[in-house]
Amino acid sequence: MSAVTMSEAGTNFAYLDEETKRMIRRAILKAIAIPGYQVPFASREMPMPYGWGTGGVQVTAAVIGPDDVLKVIDQGADDTTNAVSIRAFFRKVARVAVTTHTAEATVIQTRHRIPEHPLIEGQILVYQVPIPEPLRFLEPRETETRTMHALEEYGLMHVKLYEDIAHHGRIATSYAYPVKVAGRYVMDPSPIPKFDNPKMHLSPALQLFGAGREKRIYAIPPHTDVRSLDFEDHPFEIQRFDEPCALCGARNVYLDEVILDDRGGRMFVCSDTDNCESRQADAQKETAA
Amino acid sequence: MYVAVKGGESAIENAHRLLADRRRGDRSLPAITEAQIVEQLSLSVDRVMAEASLYDPGLAALAIRQARGDMIEAIFILRAYRTTLPRLAVSRPVDTAAMRIERRISATYKDLPGGQLLGPTFDYTHRLIDPALVGEPDVPEAAVAEVTGEPVMRVADILAHESLIELEPRVDAEPGDITREPTEFPMPRAERLQSLARGDEGFLLALAYSTQRGYGRSHPFVGEIRIGLVEVEIDVPELGFAVSLGEIRLTECQMVNQFKGSAEKPPQFTRGYGLVFGQSERKAMAMSLCDRALRAAEYGEDITAPAQDEEFVISHCDNVQATGFVEHLKLPHYVDFQAELGLVRRLRANYDAARAAEPEDDSFEEAAQ
Repeated sequence: MSAVTMSEAGTNFAYLDEETKRMIRRAILKAIAIPGYQVPFASREMPMPYGWGTGGVQVTAAVIGPDDVLKVIDQGADDTTNAVSIRAFFRKVARVAVTTHTAEATVIQTRHRIPEHPLIEGQILVYQVPIPEPLRFLEPRETETRTMHALEEYGLMHVKLYEDIAHHGRIATSYAYPVKVAGRYVMDPSPIPKFDNPKMHLSPALQLFGAGREKRIYAIPPHTDVRSLDFEDHPFEIQRFDEPCALCGARNVYLDEVILDDRGGRMFVCSDTDNCESRQADAQKETAA
Repeated sequence: MYVAVKGGESAIENAHRLLADRRRGDRSLPAITEAQIVEQLSLSVDRVMAEASLYDPGLAALAIRQARGDMIEAIFILRAYRTTLPRLAVSRPVDTAAMRIERRISATYKDLPGGQLLGPTFDYTHRLIDPALVGEPDVPEAAVAEVTGEPVMRVADILAHESLIELEPRVDAEPGDITREPTEFPMPRAERLQSLARGDEGFLLALAYSTQRGYGRSHPFVGEIRIGLVEVEIDVPELGFAVSLGEIRLTECQMVNQFKGSAEKPPQFTRGYGLVFGQSERKAMAMSLCDRALRAAEYGEDITAPAQDEEFVISHCDNVQATGFVEHLKLPHYVDFQAELGLVRRLRANYDAARAAEPEDDSFEEAAQ
């Protein structure tokens, strides 16, 4: 093995051996060819625990090249411990350049958010997925849910959403909100807040989803129609925040609630730390100029 | 002013340093060695090798040490190493009839060819904590019978002579490999057995126990348990014969289960099979009970219990997967929680508004009742 392909850690480039990467790439290609369809793949045991993003890490390892620039976020933030740890992993085993800026990244691995900054053609967004099957909590059996997808039998999902409306007056799903991809497969967008769902629709970026423990890969190719499930009289709607980000003043972004004291003091700040910091830096520049 | 929390990187680094410190413990005590773990905590080593699906006592001992004795963590470390290894060849099926026996017992026959051999078992010890073990007491050499090397026939073969037990059809096709192929249900039995062999001992034990308590009863008898060394051989096409790679210790359990017969099958005994790396009788027995329970559909038995449900058992028996997903709940979930927080606030506001709008004759109604 040449020095170019061996990493600092003594493993193959991006940790996985070439045969494994080839297997994962084939699954990814199939997933792209059938948008929203869950392709089974022979997920490997990774050196981080299941639930920490082993699916996303395998997908990233299979698509990343030496010239890529990697960004890793968890809950929208680059500095959460798991994002730090995964970024450090790829810096070690693939020696790739890393960044926190959405616009500079070619590959972005994410857990639970889509960046606020619009993605562009050529970027790949890799989602970490815990439960890839959108029908799982309605039907626990894989043999059943695969048949339901094959027959495009999604009535159960609509009944569930309708029951929500009957009980609560609204659809009581606030994250991992199911979508229909390219008019065919109902897909779990991973536990992103439904606030992010519209960003998947017609995105110019390639969106790949990896579920390691459940051994599934699925994809949304660029410019694909992605609709959040709803009803004519109860159209899909996203979360709205009453106040802007307390740090950068952004509106129409997703906010985290930060508790300030034990007397009910709280503030709302951007969940996307890169977007927030860029806006603060821009504002400072403007003031300086 | 509020400043967002930073410094994940140095926090992780410090946590790892603290972990290494705690792992070493009191520096005035000598550090434990892998060789000591292999020799003196060998059943821990066996469990780690079995559930990691990698036979290497030295590495398993290192993993146990690295994991501070946490078995699932050690299994996880060894598996993560295993996954990087190339699969060079598929061995020939090991011949447990040719096993160099260390223990062999049957519960179905009082005496049988090859005899009953207790071996290094806890079975008849009294579980009294033993102060004599403190320190470094002299331990006399074991008294062991000469190993004859004669093959010891398997109990299942005795029943097979009378055609009283189902025949295992010989399958020459290379079995699948659950570590290299995606899981698909229903699974062939060979792959199901692979899953069970690396499945969590505690989980399989509880499921096996449940079948004995009426949740998928299978009328089991221990036909035989044998523990010992078997040779692993691979075929080398260039040489035209098989080459031995060495010996591994295995525990095999053949459970014999009563079966009254169905429309297609005559009354006969059926089998549950357990095979585990190292000395692990509990695991091999639990595995064989689970294997038999999972064959319910084959025999036209009603599937009513968790242990008979393939998807339920196989999807949840892997402790590395299970611990990962359970423990991932401690990772941040604030984005999703924020979404739920907003939803609960809105639902709560609706609820309070509806209550406020209700006429206030509740107390009157209550009084009337």
